[in-house]
Amino acid sequence: MSDMKFDFDTSPSGSAFSEPSDNVHFEATKTPLRPARVVLHVFLASLGILWMVPLVISLYSSFRPFAETSRKGFLSAPESLGLANYREALDRGDFIDKYWNTALILIPSLVLTIFLASLIAFAASRYSWRFNIFFLVLFTAGNLLPQQIMVAPLFQAARRIPLPEIMSNSEKLNGSNWMIILLHVGFQMGFCTFVLSNYMKLLPKELNEAAMVDGASLWTQYWTIIMPLTRPALAALATLEFAWIYNDFFWAVIFEQRGDDRPITSALSNLGGEFVTDTNVVSAASIFVIIPVLAVYFALQKHFIAGLTLGANKG
Amino acid sequence: MTAEFQQSPSPSEVGFALGRRDVLKGAAALGGIAAFSGVLAACGGGDDAGSASGTIRVGSNYSNELPNAGLRAALDSLPNDDLTIELNEVDHNTYQEQIVAYLQDPPDDVAPWFAGFRLQALASQDLLLDISDVWTDGLDDVLSGGFKQASTYEGKQYFVPWTYYSWQVHYRKDVWADLGATPPGTFDELLALCETLDAAGVTPFALGNDGRWPAMGTFDQINFRLNGYQYHVDLMAGDESWTDDRTKAVFTEWAKLLPYTQSEPNGREWNDAAQALVKGEAAMYLIGNFVGSEFPEDEADQLDFFPFPVMNDEHGLDTVEAPIDGWVVVANPDNEAGAKEVVAHLGTALAQDAYLSVDPSVQAPNNNVDTSAYNALQAKSAAAVQGAKNVTQFLDRDTVAAFANEAGQGIADFLAGGDIDAILADLQAKAETIL
Amino acid sequence: MSTGDDQPTISTAETVASSALDAGKAKKKRSQFTGNDRKVFLAMVGIPTFIHVAIVWIPTLLSILLSFTKWRGNDISEIEVTGVENYDVVLLGAFQGDTIQAILNNLWLLLFLFFGPTLLGMGLAYLLDKNLKGTRIYQSLFYTPVVLSLAVVGFIWQNIMYDQNYGLATWAFGGGDRVDWLGNQEFIFSIGNYGLSKNFLAILMAMAWRHTGYIMVLYLAGMKSVDAALRESASLDGCNEWQTFRHVLFPTLKPINVIVVVITVIEALRAYDIIAILNEPRNTELLSHLTTNALIGEGADNIGRGSAYATLLFLLCIGFVLWYVTNHYKKQENTV
Repeated sequence: MSDMKFDFDTSPSGSAFSEPSDNVHFEATKTPLRPARVVLHVFLASLGILWMVPLVISLYSSFRPFAETSRKGFLSAPESLGLANYREALDRGDFIDKYWNTALILIPSLVLTIFLASLIAFAASRYSWRFNIFFLVLFTAGNLLPQQIMVAPLFQAARRIPLPEIMSNSEKLNGSNWMIILLHVGFQMGFCTFVLSNYMKLLPKELNEAAMVDGASLWTQYWTIIMPLTRPALAALATLEFAWIYNDFFWAVIFEQRGDDRPITSALSNLGGEFVTDTNVVSAASIFVIIPVLAVYFALQKHFIAGLTLGANKG
Repeated sequence: MTAEFQQSPSPSEVGFALGRRDVLKGAAALGGIAAFSGVLAACGGGDDAGSASGTIRVGSNYSNELPNAGLRAALDSLPNDDLTIELNEVDHNTYQEQIVAYLQDPPDDVAPWFAGFRLQALASQDLLLDISDVWTDGLDDVLSGGFKQASTYEGKQYFVPWTYYSWQVHYRKDVWADLGATPPGTFDELLALCETLDAAGVTPFALGNDGRWPAMGTFDQINFRLNGYQYHVDLMAGDESWTDDRTKAVFTEWAKLLPYTQSEPNGREWNDAAQALVKGEAAMYLIGNFVGSEFPEDEADQLDFFPFPVMNDEHGLDTVEAPIDGWVVVANPDNEAGAKEVVAHLGTALAQDAYLSVDPSVQAPNNNVDTSAYNALQAKSAAAVQGAKNVTQFLDRDTVAAFANEAGQGIADFLAGGDIDAILADLQAKAETIL
Repeated sequence: MSTGDDQPTISTAETVASSALDAGKAKKKRSQFTGNDRKVFLAMVGIPTFIHVAIVWIPTLLSILLSFTKWRGNDISEIEVTGVENYDVVLLGAFQGDTIQAILNNLWLLLFLFFGPTLLGMGLAYLLDKNLKGTRIYQSLFYTPVVLSLAVVGFIWQNIMYDQNYGLATWAFGGGDRVDWLGNQEFIFSIGNYGLSKNFLAILMAMAWRHTGYIMVLYLAGMKSVDAALRESASLDGCNEWQTFRHVLFPTLKPINVIVVVITVIEALRAYDIIAILNEPRNTELLSHLTTNALIGEGADNIGRGSAYATLLFLLCIGFVLWYVTNHYKKQENTV
């Protein structure tokens, strides 16, 4: 097996339409600077700067007093810079609590989703099993449906299912983190299964066969042979799912009615009114909301883009 | 407008949360919290101790800090030591969404609700206890007729009023003095005033309709000034038609004010419109008293209001729009005597004073509340409501929520220059489907 | 020039892998598990499937069933079967206007995503694929908004771009006046009583900001895989840039095109957050909003009607989704 040429450890590629992420970020080779190139650079640079305007101005205005920007406009030289807007936003928006709410939902959701998806992906891809395709179609299609389609029965069920008070303040599944975690797991699993089964399918079947001859149990094959080889895909998926779960707005808006208990993205729906007319405090609030996901993106950009191109079937 | 934007603990459902919270913040800034403990101590005694005993469970959707503290203060002032009160906080939205389910299997004896149509809807399903005796035994003496009407379904009372505020035409005294303007008494005078103000370079009316609830207030005022209280009630209940000429007249009269109203109101938040009033860019603002919280502290005494002027002599100024929050007793409480004693207590000046001392952004309905603690605006609003023959709640409280949402859209279309007849035909079709 | 190739060059890794596997052809039909393995296998398949079906498919089915009933969401015994009445109200009755405008909005969104961000993203990918210096920086600039949620995109644009007094869009295009970007529900052009409203267009712009980078990354990944030699020979053959793109590059991008079509259609059908965060300005409602508003909250007077909207949404998606997914797996099956 050691003579297999596939470098699975470095390339998270695996779907019919994906490419190793490294190729996306290939380094430019030296090309002489021609006038056409200059025009191209000017065009791309201008557009790129324009593209950054909403974020850069959010950041910039978040340090400036509202009185100043309302008088001179967003695009003006600063007279005074400070953290007052952040203090105000923190005070009104309780972002520390919201980060905590987010973590309580995000971490279990992320771990469970990827774990469960890897189980079914393993089962479906490693064994030519009768309903293999049926199950994958079921999972993938389920992942593509709009959430609004199934929300009413879910909501009506969740508000009738009791939970002990220790698990839910509302003593119902509705209004608890458990429900939101369950929703993320049920929904996101589709995409992860799609990606992981594509990936695992490319791992040579001989791996399993050899293991079976050695008498390794199914679980051993999954946990000690296949999962380690799947690591690049898992990394890419974890990064991507982090962003998607972090960015979820709908589920927590519907299933967590208490604004204070919502994760940060859903809490946006009641943040607007907290700040009303002060655009710069709103800017500071926006920065609080986007910092975690941007930090993860910049730190793990490679995995991010790999994940996206890897399974690119998802909006 | 979806469920998630309705966070307000009171006084209105649709999209009001956003503004409301700021009202509370404003109140806090004005020292409401500081007043808390002190005043409470001063409120002891006064009532006779009641006779009931046992435990009473009170549901509360007062999840925001000030109303919650106020409610606790009010309940603490109950003079009957034999009665233990257990306060169960329920989430405001969940509570409203699930009110029927809640009342079918009530975990509490006493619960918060709204006066008017939404009260009657529950009473008609036999979900509430008839507490007419609480009224005859005391509330009749301390509450004006309008409040009783808002608490009544088919001749019986099911509700104890607790807090309210009113919708009025607000203006700045100093700005008006400079302009030489005086409050108009009739709609024609109002139009003439608008003309004058416009010529003077001031926008006569501020309006911000983001969330689609603020302009409902204007619709209500014109409707009951023109067509009377009963027409408002019947239209909201689906017993009068939106395609009726009288309904159409509301919009044609309103259209006369539109040239004098801030343009493009649909995307403007009510707070932004309030700023126009504060800065003197707009001369008038038809909105709830909570607009006061938008004024800087040292300019707050410049704020005044007058009632929306007379449009039809038959109805004069006989109606005031004042959303009321209050309390109901569930249909079969475990402890009926105790529950009645608690709601009766919540109707007393003692309890309401205790609340107001914590949350001064509203007014209390009991005639005997300590109005000396009111600021001038609170006092004037209270006087207007006490003296009113009829009290309406608000468009979104006088009809079912689903239809209120549709009406809000129709009004937004009207403000955007939509064809009145088409809007009204659409609303009537929806009213027939929903109501 | 070989076009119409079903096995796109882009999946080199896979084809190589599968052919290697074919060489060692040892296909198993069914694994004969014993004892513990059998239980483990059943759990591996059963637990995830149960959760997924319980969260996605059963509720979807129930929504379809509920669409033929009238129910306020209180006691389950109150569910009243009303046949197609909800569809009558939604498609032909009092709510027809809302439904038509919402479906039109979904359609505008779809067309806009195709002709705006998709073309722009493809163009950017093409330009960035030219061995440019600093291409990674450019990529990052265009890609950054993609990692944000549409809810926060709405929040930021409302504040920085579309603030009526101070927003940059107001500053740039308002000529010193206040502009009600998100409240102005007038139609830019109309078809009868319906049309494309100004505020919806404003929201589309914000969506484009996020969508363009996404499309760009996908095409960039596809273009990287096209053999440079192929392109070189095309230019040696005298093809100009456009011809090279049209006849060499574009055909090889077929799998990417399929994905982009899928993403765009799905995105257009399930957009919700950005408009919800902006308080659902009039004339910007999508089918997803009509569904939710009729289902959840105090205004939800009839779950049946909301479910009828949900079912419409489902019907609009499902054919497309199944077509794509079965196609994809059929291809997979052929390759393994």
